[in-house]
Amino acid sequence: MTDTPLDKIMPRDKLRLSHNAVFWLAFAAVMAVLVVAPLVLPEFWRRFLTECLIWGLLAMSSDLLIGYTGMVSFGHSAFFGLGMYGAAGALIALPPNLWLATLCGLAGAAAVALFVAFFSIRLRDIYFAITTLIFSQIFYVIIFTWTKVTGGENGLIFNRPHLWIPFLYDRRFNSTTMHWFVLAVVACSYLFLRRVTQSPFGRVLQSIRENEPRTRAIGYAVERYKMVAVMLSGLFAGLAGVLYAVQNEFVAPNFVFFLTSGDTVMYNVVGGIGTLVGPIVGAGFFQFARQELSQLFGDQFPYLIPLGIVFIVTIIFLPQGIMGFARRWLNR
Amino acid sequence: MVALSELFQAVPWQLIIIQTINGIVTGMILALIASGLTLIFGIMDVVNFAHGELLMLGAYIGFVVFATTGNFWLALIGSSLIVAILGALMQIVTLRPLIGRDPLNTILVTFGISLVLQNYALWQFGPTARRIPEPIGASFNLFYLQYPWYRILIAVLSAAIIGSFYLFLKHGKFGIWIRATAQDRVMAQAMGIPVPWVYTGVFAIGSAMAAASGVLFGPTTGIDHSMGLDWVLRAFIVVVVGGMGNLGGSIAAAIFISLLEAYAAIWLDPSQAVIVSFVVLILTLLFRPTGLFVPTPK
Repeated sequence: MTDTPLDKIMPRDKLRLSHNAVFWLAFAAVMAVLVVAPLVLPEFWRRFLTECLIWGLLAMSSDLLIGYTGMVSFGHSAFFGLGMYGAAGALIALPPNLWLATLCGLAGAAAVALFVAFFSIRLRDIYFAITTLIFSQIFYVIIFTWTKVTGGENGLIFNRPHLWIPFLYDRRFNSTTMHWFVLAVVACSYLFLRRVTQSPFGRVLQSIRENEPRTRAIGYAVERYKMVAVMLSGLFAGLAGVLYAVQNEFVAPNFVFFLTSGDTVMYNVVGGIGTLVGPIVGAGFFQFARQELSQLFGDQFPYLIPLGIVFIVTIIFLPQGIMGFARRWLNR
Repeated sequence: MVALSELFQAVPWQLIIIQTINGIVTGMILALIASGLTLIFGIMDVVNFAHGELLMLGAYIGFVVFATTGNFWLALIGSSLIVAILGALMQIVTLRPLIGRDPLNTILVTFGISLVLQNYALWQFGPTARRIPEPIGASFNLFYLQYPWYRILIAVLSAAIIGSFYLFLKHGKFGIWIRATAQDRVMAQAMGIPVPWVYTGVFAIGSAMAAASGVLFGPTTGIDHSMGLDWVLRAFIVVVVGGMGNLGGSIAAAIFISLLEAYAAIWLDPSQAVIVSFVVLILTLLFRPTGLFVPTPK
């Protein structure tokens, strides 16, 4: 290692320590802003922010595959949708309980993820992308045509459960507590996924991304790692689906259509893959741009034209995405 | 024996024959779309997500040309040419900078293009479906149906386009360049073949084929902004089942899958019949990931 002037003033191990401290300080600062935000913002923007966080969670879940394992999934709408319909089903058929709904949603997403993972992990690159896309379309067709159970095109409408913490708290959600609840879930998911990517398991995923044959040659059961990665990713996508269902009190087959997966991929690419934070930033950027564009030019304005162009330009000229500059730092 | 003859009676033969013809007609159209897609993949390693949108745009341009000139054949040729130029421009602007990068980037870029084109069509033409009238109104009797001759013509024309394209690949100078590039990119470049322009040319040809199928199919179903999505998904399935980059395989797979879907539609709701082709795709990927219609690679 060369001796830069900085090394002389500040030895390396001290720097590493301060990286950790800086990370947690930054995390706390962002959290503080997001916690205070609903108290300051008007109702509309409060809901808007909550929704951004939910889309961010969906995008973050797929970052585990795109950014860390090197598999582009075009099928996250299936996991998201099943989480959504699972929660909706539980809220309609069973006693309305937040945690029961979450559990059912996660179970639905996990089942789908197991199914998709089993068939798709042996494929790579483009084949994986197309297969996941086709799988999400299968679930879309099933949900769309199975009118008796899923409500078909109209979807399902239900009431939001109470925010219920055993023995402590049992109240109706309002938009502020909803925001805090979503924020807590998203923050915990972020910390969990970050821990996963830094664990030995996550390191193996990253080595699969860098060089799959070599990883296999070293002796890792690549298929098993990929399977767990897809399932984990699907589980968090399902969690985002549950949150979305609870937030909006309705579900519709539109969300299972593969354009939702396309959106997810766009959030990832524009925000910066392999950062976990990037996808949330990307989701926020897209939602905000969409909101502002339809505010400026009216509801009929095809906001996806400029956003699509932004997406294309990002891939060509800024493949690292908005948060790409911080990628190394965030993953250290 | 009685049971067997009852079974024989129970089979709706007339319906099966009708669906066979339907299946072959859609199969030929699908083959036309898929051969463009598989060509682009085989030569450029690009999965063209925007292929369906090129088809949709071709259909719309055909509609506009038809509305101004009133001639269907002019619409077919004009729309193919315009979309070919558009495709070439698209390739130069967005895909050329990505040569040498991970092929996944191309699927993302073309996905972005498809979003832009689709929303442009929605913005420009609105959500109501447009229609090009059939150039031939005649029909013939098929059991209890009046089957339009135009549908048969679609199949014949698609076959003719694919056939002439095959001859062009085999004997035309540019066609030989294309095959050389597909075989060995670096060597072809060393022999003086302008590989980047071969790429552009291939993309233009693929786009023109998509546009032609859009115009051909325009009279049978309406033209709307989301028609591309439906077709590109099926074309993807066909291309994977037939073996990525394999022209003959794609054509066989297109007819095979269309026939299966047509038969399934006898007993199932047409929207559920799609699942049959999904199942074929999954089975193919599981047991012969290189494609059903290619020899097993060693």
